[in-house]
Amino acid sequence: MNTNSPTLGKSTYLGLIYLFFYLPILILIVYSFNNTQYSLLWHGFTWQWYGELFQDHDLWIAAWHSFFLGITAATLSTLIGAIASVSLYRYRFFGRNFLNGLVFILILSPEIVMGAALLILFTFIHLPLGFTSLLLAHTSFCLPFVIVTAYSRLISLDKNIFEAAKDLGATDGFIFLRIVLPLILPALFAGWLLSFTLSLDDVIISYFVSGPEFDILPLRIYAMVRTGIKPEINALCSVLFILTLLLVTLSEVVRRKKS
Amino acid sequence: MKPDQHFKYTSLSLIFTWFFLFALLPFCLIVTASFLSQSESHLINTPLTFDNYKALNHFIYLRIFEKSFVIAGITTLCCLLLGYPFAYIIARHQGRFKNLLLLLIIIPFWTSSLIRSYALIAMIKAKGILNSVLILLGIIHQPLPILFTNTAVMIGLVYNLLPFMILPIMTNVERLDNRLIDAAHDLGANKITTFRKIIIPLTAPGMIAGSILVFLPAMTLFYIPDILGGAKSILLGNLIQNQFLIAENWPMGAAVSTVLTIILALFIGIYALATRGGKRRVWL
Repeated sequence: MNTNSPTLGKSTYLGLIYLFFYLPILILIVYSFNNTQYSLLWHGFTWQWYGELFQDHDLWIAAWHSFFLGITAATLSTLIGAIASVSLYRYRFFGRNFLNGLVFILILSPEIVMGAALLILFTFIHLPLGFTSLLLAHTSFCLPFVIVTAYSRLISLDKNIFEAAKDLGATDGFIFLRIVLPLILPALFAGWLLSFTLSLDDVIISYFVSGPEFDILPLRIYAMVRTGIKPEINALCSVLFILTLLLVTLSEVVRRKKS
Repeated sequence: MKPDQHFKYTSLSLIFTWFFLFALLPFCLIVTASFLSQSESHLINTPLTFDNYKALNHFIYLRIFEKSFVIAGITTLCCLLLGYPFAYIIARHQGRFKNLLLLLIIIPFWTSSLIRSYALIAMIKAKGILNSVLILLGIIHQPLPILFTNTAVMIGLVYNLLPFMILPIMTNVERLDNRLIDAAHDLGANKITTFRKIIIPLTAPGMIAGSILVFLPAMTLFYIPDILGGAKSILLGNLIQNQFLIAENWPMGAAVSTVLTIILALFIGIYALATRGGKRRVWL
């Protein structure tokens, strides 16, 4: 069987699937520069829609909220994820398999169930919906992804390193800070970036746990999209798509380095 | 106990507390809520009751369940048929551009599916790209009314969920032991027999994992029917969202969510059976 270079048929098939993935986005970006409100035809190049985005004050506030939320949620989930993945890797304790399973179930479970369940929780403990509820929710759904990313890095490490450090008298806390952390730093950075993009893009869970005072970008886009196609949305979506593209590429480059 | 066990116990209590508060407790609360009744002032109220589950037996809800299953089923099948050959080719590809090809599948995986669904509108609307190309090629003469139909919802779902089918299958194919395929050939099996008897069973865990990752979201990504399907398409996701945020009937929404969780559990059970006996787990 030929495994080295794909035949023409295989290449065509790959090409068609990639076209299916990327053509709509490409067209969206092209139309964001189209100098017309409704037509499909090309009416010349314009920055007008980007200009209108720039002047939309509410949009800037929502973008700032999303950005701030993304940074805090990604940082919190990376901190907890680092501790959790190292504990799952190094220690044998009661409930370890249970925690392992839970992490995978959380990745698989439908977002809508998580959103609804967290809404009930926050109502139950009388936490007002807003930044705090969003932060807790976003950290919760990013955490499993950080754990999985960091864990896959940990299992590639040489176990003897820990034994050597222990024999030389290092405490667990010292080993964590000075040995494990630097070694899994690339994975944690990749996890952080992915958490940030997940938080920036999340619609479903945010839809359940956000409050009126803290408008965030994905929900604002959702509201705009429901009212119909407007060139400004094309421009906004193009900006966000390019932004996530850069972040994901960066995260992949970091993750693949030396692993 | 040695003094340096402090670190261990601090870490473990932190993660157990977190998962208890934000994973287990919410889950218990949603299951409990599904057995309570709706209340004007408190959203949920005692006494305990099975009424919400009994109400799900009503034909309106049964229709929604049926429709969700059909749409999610077709979506999963399409993803499997489109994704399997793709994953197989990519996994066995050893060329120069492998990393780039991989990155190009991972990107849709992480970019906003809301934005990507919105981008589809320009493709499939009456005067959109797809219709224009088809008319230009002379395949059709009238634009096909795709937008705001179930077909549009399924296109949107396949478009968004295909990477979730591709990745687990790809991981699985990459771990295939080539010697088994060679052995099958040596023993006289032709390509089709080898595929049916060796490759399909060995990549079944990947297909099941992919199907879990496609089927459940297909029933619950409520914004896709919302923007591509118009008001007619109501799926389980739309139902839950409606019950929680519009009708404010939390116990009912909780009951539907619990049913979804049971479906997830069944899938995981099937997956566990399919991978039993070996360390053939293929997650993301």
